[in-house]
Amino acid sequence: MNFISTIQNVFRGRTLATIGMIWLCVILVAALAAPIFAPFDPLDIDPIGRLQEPSWAHFFGTDHFGRDTFSRSIYGARMTVVIGLGSVVFALIIGGLIGMLSAYFTRLGHVLMRIVDVLMAFPALLLALVLMTLLERSVTNTIIVIGIVYATTTARILFGMTLKLKGEVFVDAAKCSGAGHSSILFRHILPNLISPLLVQASFIFAFAQLQAAALDFLGLGLPPEIPSWGNMLSEERIYVTRAPWLLLFPGILIIISVFSINLVGDAMRDSIDPRFKDDIAGV
Amino acid sequence: MALLEVSNLSIAVAAGGKLLPVVQGISFQVEAGKTLGIVGESGCGKSLTSLAIMGLLEGSQVRIIGGTIHFNGQNMLTLSDKKRREIMGAEMAMIFQEPMTSLNPVYRVGDQIIEAIRQHKKQTKQQARARAIELLTLVRIPDAEKRIESYPHQLSGGMRQRVMIAMALACDPKLLIADEPTTALDVTVQARILELLKELQQQTGMAIVLISHDLGVIAETCDSVAVMYRGKFVEVAPSAELFSTVAHPYTSGLLSSIPVSDHEIDRLDAIPGRVPMLGEDVIGCAFHPRCNLAQECCSLKDPEEVSLTQTHFTRCHFPIGSNL
Repeated sequence: MNFISTIQNVFRGRTLATIGMIWLCVILVAALAAPIFAPFDPLDIDPIGRLQEPSWAHFFGTDHFGRDTFSRSIYGARMTVVIGLGSVVFALIIGGLIGMLSAYFTRLGHVLMRIVDVLMAFPALLLALVLMTLLERSVTNTIIVIGIVYATTTARILFGMTLKLKGEVFVDAAKCSGAGHSSILFRHILPNLISPLLVQASFIFAFAQLQAAALDFLGLGLPPEIPSWGNMLSEERIYVTRAPWLLLFPGILIIISVFSINLVGDAMRDSIDPRFKDDIAGV
Repeated sequence: MALLEVSNLSIAVAAGGKLLPVVQGISFQVEAGKTLGIVGESGCGKSLTSLAIMGLLEGSQVRIIGGTIHFNGQNMLTLSDKKRREIMGAEMAMIFQEPMTSLNPVYRVGDQIIEAIRQHKKQTKQQARARAIELLTLVRIPDAEKRIESYPHQLSGGMRQRVMIAMALACDPKLLIADEPTTALDVTVQARILELLKELQQQTGMAIVLISHDLGVIAETCDSVAVMYRGKFVEVAPSAELFSTVAHPYTSGLLSSIPVSDHEIDRLDAIPGRVPMLGEDVIGCAFHPRCNLAQECCSLKDPEEVSLTQTHFTRCHFPIGSNL
C-alpha cells in the first residue's frame, strides 16, 4: 500500500478528522514559513500603539508592548509544533521502551517500574516545576521535562498492555518459529501497541501545550523572548478586562489545535488497527 | 536413535515457595514419520509436556526439575538459546489449541508466514511470498493468492488453524507438536484438519506428537498412544492394541465414556470422582480412589510399570484381562 492511498484510507468518510488535519497542516505551514506570513516582526515594540483592538492593520490587535498579536500567533505556531512533537517523540520513545522492556524482562521491570512509580507519585505540574528549576529555561529543557512527565504514564500504559500481549498464544507461536527477544518485542508485540501509542501521542501533544503554557505562566517554561501561545496567554493575563482579545486568540488557537490533534489521532487509530475494520471476508 | 527422546521428564509448578509436581518422570520416543498421541483429562500435564519440549516454559512459574529431552541427538535442555532458536521453527514446530489467538491480529496472514520462513531461510520477500502461497494451497486454503492478504479476524477458526499449520510447516520441520489442534473447532472441520495432518505427514515424513483429550481423534490418527493420568503415563501401546486390549482401568473408563451414536443411551458412563488437586497427596496408585477395580494394595503402593507385550506398558497392579 503506498503512502497516498494510506492517507486516503485514514480520511475517507471522516469529515471532522479531515478538517482537523487541514488545520494541523495550516499550523505546520505557518510554523515553517512564519517570516513570510507574519505582517510584522513579532518582537517589534510600539509603545504608542499598545493594546489596540483588532483592525485591518492588526488582525488580532496589539499587546501591552504594542507588538502585533497576529504575527506573534504565527510565530507561536512554531513553538506549538516543536514542543508538541518533541514531547511526544521523547515521551513515547523513553516511556515506550521502559514499559515494554519492564513487562518483557520481569526482573528489569521490578527496578524500572518502581522508578516510574516514584515519579508518578508527584503531580505532573509539580514534577515539571522541580525538574525545570534544576535546569535552565530553554526550548530543549522544556521538551525534556514535559517528555519525562508523560513518559511515566506512557510507560505505565505500555507496561500493562505488553504484559497482556506477552501471554498471548501468538507470542508463543513466534517463539516456536525461532524468533528472538528483539524480534518478539519489536515485530510481534509493538505492532499491536500502535493504536494505544497513537491515542497516547495525541493526548501527550495536547497536554504538552497546556503543560508548556502553565510552565510559561509560572515563569519556568520557554524563555520570555520566544513568542508562544502559552507565553502570550500568561503575559497578557492582567489585561483580560481591558483587552480580552489578547487572551481570546491564543486561547482559541490552543483549543482548536488540541481538538484537531485528537480528531486526527482517533481517525488514524481507527484505520491503522485492522481490528477496527469491519470488512469480514465472505460476508 | 529416535527423532525425539524424552526420558524421565519431571515438571513442577512453583507455588507458595513449594514445588508441586505436575509431570512425574515420563519417558517416550517418537520415530520419524510416526505419530504419538498423548491423551488425558484437563490438568494431567499433557500440555506442559509439549511446552517443555518446545522450551516455552522459561520465565514462568513452571520448571523442569528432572529428565532429558533429546531431539535429533541434541539435548534440548542444555542447548544455548541461540542454537535452540535455530532448531525451533526450522526442525521442530508447534500448533496450538486456540486458532483464534495464535495468529498476530495486526499482521496479514501472508506476512506472518513470510516472517516465519525468513526467520530461518535467506530468501527474498518474493521467494518467501511464493512459498507462502504454496503452503496455503498445500493446507487447502482456496484462493490462496487472495487469502494471503487477509487479516486473521477475516478468517474462520478452521481457516486460521490451516494458516497455523501452514506456518508450522514453513521450513519443513522434522517434528510437529500439535497441542489439541482441533479442540476449538467443530466436528466436521476437526475431521478435515486431522485428515490434512495425516496427508501432510505422508508427504513430508515428519513425526507428529498429537496431544488431545479426545480418544476418537487419537484413534484416527496415531500410531501409538500414551494415556496420561496425573503426570504419569498409565498406559502406552500401539493404538490398534490399545483399543482392542485395554489394560488400565482409567483407559477403559475413558473409552466407555465416549458417546456411541448408533443406539440410544440415557446416561454416559463417567468415571466417578475427580482428579486429585495439584499438591494433594494420594498414597498408592493416583487413580485408586476413582477405580472400581481397586483393592487394598492399590492404596498402599504406587504400581510400577509392567509390560504386557513388547510394546504395551501399563502402570497398574491389576491390569484388565491379565492374570498378573
